[in-house]
Amino acid sequence: MVEPVFLWRRLVGAQIRSQLQYRASFVLDVTGAFLISFIDFVAVLVIFHNVPQLGTWNVHEVALLYAVSSISFALTDLAIGHLDQFPQKVRDGNFDILLVRPRGTLYQVICSDFALRRLGKAAQGGLVLVYALASLHVDWTVGRAALLVVAVPAGTVIFASVWVVGACLAFWTTDGGEFTNAFTYGGTFLAQYPIDIYSAWLRRFLAYVVALAFVCYFPSLYVLGKPDPLGLPRLLDFASPLVALAAALAAGMIWRGAVRHYRSAGG
Amino acid sequence: MIEVEGLSKQFVVRRGRFRRERHIVEAVRDISFRVERGELLGYLGPNGAGKSTTIKMLTGILVPSAGRVQVAGLDPSRRRIELARKIGAMFGQRIQLWWDLPLIDSFELLRHIYRVPADRYRASLARFREVLELDPFLSTPVRQLSLGQRIRGELTAAMLHEPELLFLDEPTIGLDVVAKQRVRDFLVEINRENGVTVLLTTHDLGDIERLCSRLLVIDHGKLIWDGGIAELKERYGPERMLIVDLEEPAPPLQVEGARVEKVDGPRQWLRFQGPAAELTARVAATARLVDLQITEPDIEEIVRRIYQSS
Repeated sequence: MVEPVFLWRRLVGAQIRSQLQYRASFVLDVTGAFLISFIDFVAVLVIFHNVPQLGTWNVHEVALLYAVSSISFALTDLAIGHLDQFPQKVRDGNFDILLVRPRGTLYQVICSDFALRRLGKAAQGGLVLVYALASLHVDWTVGRAALLVVAVPAGTVIFASVWVVGACLAFWTTDGGEFTNAFTYGGTFLAQYPIDIYSAWLRRFLAYVVALAFVCYFPSLYVLGKPDPLGLPRLLDFASPLVALAAALAAGMIWRGAVRHYRSAGG
Repeated sequence: MIEVEGLSKQFVVRRGRFRRERHIVEAVRDISFRVERGELLGYLGPNGAGKSTTIKMLTGILVPSAGRVQVAGLDPSRRRIELARKIGAMFGQRIQLWWDLPLIDSFELLRHIYRVPADRYRASLARFREVLELDPFLSTPVRQLSLGQRIRGELTAAMLHEPELLFLDEPTIGLDVVAKQRVRDFLVEINRENGVTVLLTTHDLGDIERLCSRLLVIDHGKLIWDGGIAELKERYGPERMLIVDLEEPAPPLQVEGARVEKVDGPRQWLRFQGPAAELTARVAATARLVDLQITEPDIEEIVRRIYQSS
């Protein structure tokens, strides 16, 4: 169980070393990512400048939601953001190399890069979280604190699973990047707001199809002690870790099936 | 070591801009062969004949459409990970080394990916460093290596986990004469010393003549030759060439059992079959000979003939 983690560290460490060979471009990338995501949160503040509430949510509550989603997303992006270049690997046949090595292919793809430059986004999420917690008066209990701590890794796994399933499309379409992005980036964007503001079909899609509501909506409700405006069962508040586990297993199985459709490239 | 029976691979290709039609391309059609442990064999065919597709099915990269494959006792696509420990693969146009890192770092990473014990790793690395002369560029980033250096690195990478079977797809493509020779020497050595079975695809017939005792030829997805190089020559190229230098330019010689192919001043080229002694005697009887030589048909020409006849 431990050995794959050590190997991941070793491989990712090698990637980071090679990224740091281009130092100036690395510093610019990190700063750029931070600034872009900063503007992203400014957009949320602009909305609340014009309306006092979104549904039953005020600006501080949405900030908490936003922070959990944003940190989870940033961690996903750090660990597997390079999946957006994966279709290229399938198209030019370089996926071949991974198939002749004695390790799982998904594991090797995950190990193949680590975009340290996306740290900027995680930093922004952290700042928003600090802002949200400082301005909200959360009535802390052990359960609430624990759920908040678990919500981030669970959210990361849920995001990651959606991305992996999206990447599987590459085995059939060889270039379905934009379609995949609609689910990954699009879903992420929608998950930053409370799902009760959306119409029913979009809500169901977010909650049950891509499971993104479990990244931050349900955990936030519990931490804030808010009644669910949708009146869904309260057990869902704690479901995130289980949903994450199920999503990861499903994504792994879909991946295995998809690899058998790999066609390689000539030459 | 390798058993292939009735192996086929079809690809579905969609063509057409508006009305997409399904076309089935048969990349490999019903091929069968066996390879014993310790063989060094060449796999030959024109572009698009199905060579790479076959290798990819043998290494577990592609799932066959039909037929049975066993490599080192395993079904490649079902038991890919187990198989990966027993085989090494090098694809001329693919890079498996880490582009921005020193060569030695790639070897270190591969050692961990393959879980090679430290002492075995040190021993084999020491040997490859010597045989392939890696020392001068061991700490150079891969992106700065010349093609020849990189290929030597790739070969080492494919061999570090001491595979029983090595697949090479175009290992000498683009190399200069010296680099080619070094790669060939290396392959002969690991085949003889370590008993590694080697299957290589190539367009370079020099590779085939120097390295392989057995040849598989594929064209349009079908296996059209499986056998030794000597038999291949006998079957497709029994005619040899007698080149004679006469004392002075002469009209084409009229000799029984041979026909003149070409005349260039005092030199004439005669194509013939059978033993050379009688023919030489007859030539000597009709003209004054200064010098002579006999050439075997070169494999390039033979292969051209096979492709034409198939």
